[in-house]
Amino acid sequence: MRHGKYPLIIAFLVPPLVLYGVFVLSPYLQAFQISTTDWLGYSADANSVGLDNFVQLLRDDYVWNAIKNNAILLALVPVLTIALGLFFATMLNMGGRAGRAGVVGVRGTAAYRLVYFFPQVLSVVIIAVIWQQVYHPNAGLLNAALKPLGIDGPSWLGDPRTAFWCVLAVMVWANVGFYVVLFGAAMQAIPRDIYEAVLLDGAGRLVTLRRVTIPLLWDTVQVAWIYLAIAALDGFILVQRMTDGGPNFSSDVIGLRMYNTAFGSDTKFGYASAIGVVMFFLTLSVAVLALRASRRDRIEFS
Amino acid sequence: MATPAAGLLTGCAMGGDDDSGDDSAGRGEKTAENPFGVKADAPLEVVIFNGGYGEEYAKAHEAMYSEKYPNAKITHSSTQEISKTLQPRFVDGSPPDVVNNSGAGQIDPGALVSQGALADLGELLDAPSLDVPGKKVRETLLPGVVEVGSYDGRFHVLNISYTAYGIWYSTKLFADRGWEYPRTWDDHIALCRTIKAAGIAPWTYAGKHPRYMSWPVISTAVKLGGLDVAKNIDNLEPNAWTSDAMRTAADAWHQIVKDQFILPGTPGLDHVQSQTEWCRGKAALISCGSWIENEQKAVTPAGFDMAIAPTPSLGAGDKLPFEAIRGTAGEPFIVPAKAKNVAGGLEYFRTVLSMRGAKDFTQKVSALSVVAGAAEGATLPPGLTTVVKALDASGANGFNWVYNNYYRKLERELVDAACGEFFSGRIGPADFLAQCQKGADMIAQDSSLKKYKRA
Repeated sequence: MRHGKYPLIIAFLVPPLVLYGVFVLSPYLQAFQISTTDWLGYSADANSVGLDNFVQLLRDDYVWNAIKNNAILLALVPVLTIALGLFFATMLNMGGRAGRAGVVGVRGTAAYRLVYFFPQVLSVVIIAVIWQQVYHPNAGLLNAALKPLGIDGPSWLGDPRTAFWCVLAVMVWANVGFYVVLFGAAMQAIPRDIYEAVLLDGAGRLVTLRRVTIPLLWDTVQVAWIYLAIAALDGFILVQRMTDGGPNFSSDVIGLRMYNTAFGSDTKFGYASAIGVVMFFLTLSVAVLALRASRRDRIEFS
Repeated sequence: MATPAAGLLTGCAMGGDDDSGDDSAGRGEKTAENPFGVKADAPLEVVIFNGGYGEEYAKAHEAMYSEKYPNAKITHSSTQEISKTLQPRFVDGSPPDVVNNSGAGQIDPGALVSQGALADLGELLDAPSLDVPGKKVRETLLPGVVEVGSYDGRFHVLNISYTAYGIWYSTKLFADRGWEYPRTWDDHIALCRTIKAAGIAPWTYAGKHPRYMSWPVISTAVKLGGLDVAKNIDNLEPNAWTSDAMRTAADAWHQIVKDQFILPGTPGLDHVQSQTEWCRGKAALISCGSWIENEQKAVTPAGFDMAIAPTPSLGAGDKLPFEAIRGTAGEPFIVPAKAKNVAGGLEYFRTVLSMRGAKDFTQKVSALSVVAGAAEGATLPPGLTTVVKALDASGANGFNWVYNNYYRKLERELVDAACGEFFSGRIGPADFLAQCQKGADMIAQDSSLKKYKRA
């Protein structure tokens, strides 16, 4: 047995590790190296410039503007998405009034669950295109709905006061469905007798959610938090498709800044790599912080 | 197992040392028939941008090349993502021989030139035309074609389609209502009032790409102040954007914002959405280039009869007449400096610029060729017919600017953002020009960008 163990382990481990090394690690390392050059992307000429790109980045207002927007996304998208996800999941799993009140979902749970999951099935680009039409100032769903109320809607994506928030709303909308399903599944795993005991003690729905459900779901919420935080630091596809960072850079995000610096209006691959490296460390720190901040004692069902 | 992986890990996206750019090895003997010394059996690789013009026209050009060099194997491919598809090949020194560097995924031409990635096409201009007897290729081209493809005096980019930029309107709408396209600014404002009173928005524009509106502003300024206005902008001269002519032009255009002549909601529309509102008759005037007719084909109502017109004259003091219009060559083609068959690439361009190649292009894609006279005898759609007329009337008064080719970011990001603020009414003309100037200064101070001088 011992004789045959290592070949087997190696046979299983080496191919994925090699693939990971070639397609994940090596591009990362190269990006680090490129970020210290002035490479312009279309010739083999690149001079090492040390940390110049990073120094320049510190003084680049456009980058800071993009980071500010990502910070707002980071502050709001996870909170809103998780709050809405928890609310909907609660309603779907224990919001009904019939029978043993509080432990069944509202009527039509199955249909809601399906509908909430729809955005998750669509590709992000499709979502962006659909919402671009919804936000159409003259022919869009949103302003058409406001018109009978006597409100002349704003031009949404065309107004720097609203464009960014419109994208943020779509980001939340696109993510909520997945977390409704995720939280719903986790809620199903909570033993029913806990709820029955809580109900006997006379707890209302809100208290039940706050004191019982969320603590028992904490592991899942934590995972959701990290995923959403990483998503909030990206946001590239939605922004690029819906506003291209405009108007006047009001909805710019750091991913788009990097893309435009390399592939868009510039070909500064060295500088873009520096932005990428900064993004890498930002995302890493946020993930670590989110893990730390949300660490709590594990509750296990016995 | 370890060796190839290590090779890959240390291998760099930036490529290795490059060989010299001398392509004499790939050339045969130069003769009168074969001025570039094309090797008859040298393969030719052509990459076409598959956009508004499709790729059929290019296949026809390739077939013509094959007639002359039947033993040359031609590899044709097309993509909508030129930059992403070809960047690795530029870096490792094995680019195709001919590239149609166009579309949203276009590679910044200024960057390509500054990195020495493009072959000098000067030879092409001095070679005899394939089928226009007694003329060099240079002499068969419309004015401005050489200039717009030249960087510091070297011709690097061949643009094969001639484009006019102006104001578009529906002749049917105007005829039905008894309106006439205005020749002066005052008439323009008066007409806008009439149009607005009729319940139609006088103007709309590509709200998400507001640089479309920088074209009429700069055109107005050039017509007022002369060609130097544009040249100073191209050369990043200090305060080029805040010159007197630009100020007067921006003040004038501010009127359509102040008087709310722009279709409400326009800032939220992209170019196709705004052009569609225009086609639906919600707005009367729009700024665009001559590609608009192709782009709007699917939604243009029958009998709409779109027409192009120059920007209205500001007054009697204008240096250029009303008829002067911005005409320039578009749809760029390049031969990479490290292409294996540079001579073949040049010969391919000579085929494209032959009268036969140009006429075929005009017929197939309903666009004007850069070869003078190629549109004669062709049946053109209504919009393009007006473009031909407008370019004729403009003649030697035609003008152009090229800063958008030299410094892509300046137009695409910086002037774009300033136009958005200006035409949605959030800033006035002085702030608008100051913001453009700030962008130009930023480019001028960026030592990592090569600066070009327009002669």
